[in-house]
Amino acid sequence: MAPTYFNEMYQNGQVRPPYRHLEDWTAAMPAELRSLKQAEAEALFRRIGITFAVYGEGGDPDRLIPFDMFPRVFTASEWARLERGIKQRARALNAFLVDVYGRGEIVRAGRIPARLVYQNEAYERAVAGIVPPRGVYSHIVGIDLVRTGPDDFFVLEDNCRTPSGVSYMLENREIMMRMFPALFRESRIQPVDRYPEILRRTLASVAPTKCDSDPTVVILTPGHFNSAYYEHSFLADLMGVDLVEGQDLFVEGEFVWMRTTEGPKKVDVIYRRIDDAFIDPLCFRPDSMLGVPGLMDVYRSGGVSICSAPGAGVADDKAVYTFVPEMIRFYLGETPILQNVPTWQCSKPDELTYVLENLSELVVKEVHGSGGYGMLVGPKSTKEQIAAFAERVKADPGNYIAQPTLALSTVPTFVDQGIAPRHVDLRPYCLVGERVELVPGGLTRVALKDGSLVVNSSQGGGVKDTWVLAE
Amino acid sequence: MLSRTADNLYWITRYMERAETMARLLDVGARMSLLPSTGEGYHSEWESLLQASGTAEGFARKYGDPVQRNIESYFFFDRDNPSSIASCIGRARENARIVRGALTTQVWDALNGAFQEMRALERRPRSELDLSVLTDWTMRHSAQLRGAIDGTQLRKDGWDFLNLGYFLERADNTARLLDVKYYVLLPGVEFVGSGLDNYQWTTLLRAMSAHRAFHWAYGGEVTARKIADFLILNAASPRSLRTSIEATTVHLDRLARGYGRTTAAQSKARAVLAELAETRVSDIFDEGLHEFLTRFIREVATLGALVHDVYLSGDQR
Amino acid sequence: MILSVLHVTTYRYDTPVRGVVQSHRLTPSSFEGQKVLRWSVEVEGGLPGGGYRDGAGDWVQSHSVRGPVSEITVRVSGDVETRDMAGVLRGHREHVPPEAYLRETVATAADVALRDLGQAAVTGARDPLDAAHRLAAAVSEAVAYVPGATHAHTTAAEALARAEGVCQDHAHILIAAARSQAIPARYVSGYLLAADAIPHEAAHAWAELWVPGLGWVGFDPANRCCPDERFIRLGSGDDARDAAPIKGIARGPGSESLDVTVAIQSVQQ
Repeated sequence: MAPTYFNEMYQNGQVRPPYRHLEDWTAAMPAELRSLKQAEAEALFRRIGITFAVYGEGGDPDRLIPFDMFPRVFTASEWARLERGIKQRARALNAFLVDVYGRGEIVRAGRIPARLVYQNEAYERAVAGIVPPRGVYSHIVGIDLVRTGPDDFFVLEDNCRTPSGVSYMLENREIMMRMFPALFRESRIQPVDRYPEILRRTLASVAPTKCDSDPTVVILTPGHFNSAYYEHSFLADLMGVDLVEGQDLFVEGEFVWMRTTEGPKKVDVIYRRIDDAFIDPLCFRPDSMLGVPGLMDVYRSGGVSICSAPGAGVADDKAVYTFVPEMIRFYLGETPILQNVPTWQCSKPDELTYVLENLSELVVKEVHGSGGYGMLVGPKSTKEQIAAFAERVKADPGNYIAQPTLALSTVPTFVDQGIAPRHVDLRPYCLVGERVELVPGGLTRVALKDGSLVVNSSQGGGVKDTWVLAE
Repeated sequence: MLSRTADNLYWITRYMERAETMARLLDVGARMSLLPSTGEGYHSEWESLLQASGTAEGFARKYGDPVQRNIESYFFFDRDNPSSIASCIGRARENARIVRGALTTQVWDALNGAFQEMRALERRPRSELDLSVLTDWTMRHSAQLRGAIDGTQLRKDGWDFLNLGYFLERADNTARLLDVKYYVLLPGVEFVGSGLDNYQWTTLLRAMSAHRAFHWAYGGEVTARKIADFLILNAASPRSLRTSIEATTVHLDRLARGYGRTTAAQSKARAVLAELAETRVSDIFDEGLHEFLTRFIREVATLGALVHDVYLSGDQR
Repeated sequence: MILSVLHVTTYRYDTPVRGVVQSHRLTPSSFEGQKVLRWSVEVEGGLPGGGYRDGAGDWVQSHSVRGPVSEITVRVSGDVETRDMAGVLRGHREHVPPEAYLRETVATAADVALRDLGQAAVTGARDPLDAAHRLAAAVSEAVAYVPGATHAHTTAAEALARAEGVCQDHAHILIAAARSQAIPARYVSGYLLAADAIPHEAAHAWAELWVPGLGWVGFDPANRCCPDERFIRLGSGDDARDAAPIKGIARGPGSESLDVTVAIQSVQQ
């Protein structure tokens, strides 16, 4: 029996209210105009310089992520519920981080196994005992969501370290507004362009105690060869802060300084886009050329803030993910608003047995994997692929988790033949500092291949503008 | 401004100026090869150009004999040649991409446009591309970028670093072109004052787009002294050493004022300028043109190193 | 016993470097077994950074030296009053739970031989403390103290295969073997008042194993004992690199040479 998918535009032959304007819009757009507009969009992206190099694929370094002009739309009330759920999750994740680097109450209370936390690769002993400014470890929380019905949203995973993609959220909107101004006049769409301003305010709000003036914020990038360099430079530009590499910073005395044409300038908040392992060769990987020697000592003695804080990754591990609803109950005393996807831990023998027997129905992921690599989508795989993957899981069960194959919702998408439904997910970006904030929107990723459920840009996915309508 | 950002800005323009000089050199070579006899056969000018640009060894390793077609490819397209026009534009664009936020859209478009067209040129069959098309193309994009910088960049420190790159590279390049003419191109001392000598000087002027300006300013016969005066000492000549160093001091002074701090680079630039202002063309020939130019090239290198130390290295306190 | 320490480390660079940053675990903490009477760490021409007590209860202090510089001296001196606690670390405040010391590092990755050593040692142990003692004894038996047989980057597995090593190797092997038996273990660096009989570096290292009910207990397989009043404990970590008393990075192309002298004396009261 073929699964049924929730189509976000059409239900029972009717157009759902938030998509009403779009029906007229597409009806009024002949194929020639559409391809003209598509070409215009592509030229705009290329001119701005948004390109995306894909990890490990080689090829054209100036490749564009395909942009689909058909927007994805939420009503104000749909969004209100999502927003509450996302903020709730972001607060709980941060409470968890402060706890496990402090007294570890949730472990003592037996609500999560000590092994999952303290033997986790992402647990950083070097930050144990720190409560960062305002008790925030993860300042930008990217929550990946999928929808399976009108009111059914599931969290696929949390990203507490340095979720990427927000530049697409901003640029997609910019380009849509430039190309289709009339659409925006008709359909009261909430703006997303305050994101950089809120991000900057969020970062400034977590300046260290030793900072006694207007804090200097910088973005730390691995460098211009990194696939996300465009995003780093874009955000720095919109926030009006410097984009630095490790070589631009040095530690002297109690502070971190950046090298400027006017001499050293003290840096107070570092929004880093490099992994923990690389930020300080004295503390972590000694061979890292990307980081700043001595940074961790300055951080620990309150001379600088690092966002996200080192060690934040222990909260977004796929094995820890299972316990997020528990965190919400434990720290906030609330009922989780967003659901988790049921998850089987292959590390548990009985669950492993179930997973191996049902591989053809399940999605199996590596615990620490990302970008859609090292995963199996059972229903879309051949017998041989499944057999081969089973061997990998058996060889190292602790490295895998499995989830049911979700019936991801679809949104109409422009394809060669016209318009057809394609599966989507959603990544909103929640900002946590003095306040917890969320701009109304996010990055909608779309699986452009017919029937595909994998939305990752590295696997043939594209992006859409995401609209949240005003009341 | 972040020192590395200043460094990137400075290298954008150094590379673009260098690309333009390479185009001018190619032009000189092409014109000179049209002249029937130099006593040493058809190749020698091209050979000289390779020597002059310091790329003879790399070329010989890759292509062997200096055949014009190969030299054109080597100077224009070859990414193995770090001074080729393609390499220079590629590096200028990469430097620009790194500091995209410090550039206006127009400046980025000018550079990125050149880079994208370059890639299109690379895909076209070489037989469709005349040398003059390629050199004109380079000059046009170079001019476009300069116009975009002058027309749209804020007059802040970034603008000064962009200009420092231009003028330091130009000072160096003009001195080298002059030196090449004198010590590389001419087959022997006995040719000084000969028809060949004059033809080469004229070619050089043309390559510097200064042929007509020169005649307006000096008139009459083309002589080595007049040319040296024009390209070294004349404050009205846009590519002269004097003009380049004067512009360098202007931008170093602006930076010093803006940052409220005088630097060693500033004093050095002023000293070099003062010397040029007091030098007469006869002094240059008394010292020996080659000796003078060698000394000058060294001074410019020192000046570049000082700019690096005080602004670009980030080590300045 | 009162121990007096003088520990001088000199770094020399063949070409002057742009600057140096060091992170020091060079200050002993006070707990039941040791009380710091006087202590100082001086870096010539160095600018002290912010100091802090890390999650494991050790005092960390950074120093930076502005370049160009071609020589740096770190001078540690002080007096510590010590007591024999049979290796038990008592009264030492820390945040890190023992489970965090079960993860492998490159230097302490367990191979089959290390696992076998650990398995054989704990088999038949009466209780966790007995198991820890048996592990330490097994390591002392398996590896002879031979200076120069190994180097700073030798792993536990390599040293065990050679059956020779110095205190660092003994500690790594004990840690690896203990962790392979799910016993939390960590590396400790410090000083040792050397007896005349053993030719020993005074800068010393040993291991601590977690014993439920007792807490962290030190074992020194190189000297077949538990740390007593001859030992000063400086700091701990996952392995030798992590617990190093001095970590530093110089900016610049120069190559570095190192000169270390350590003198420990027992002072009359």
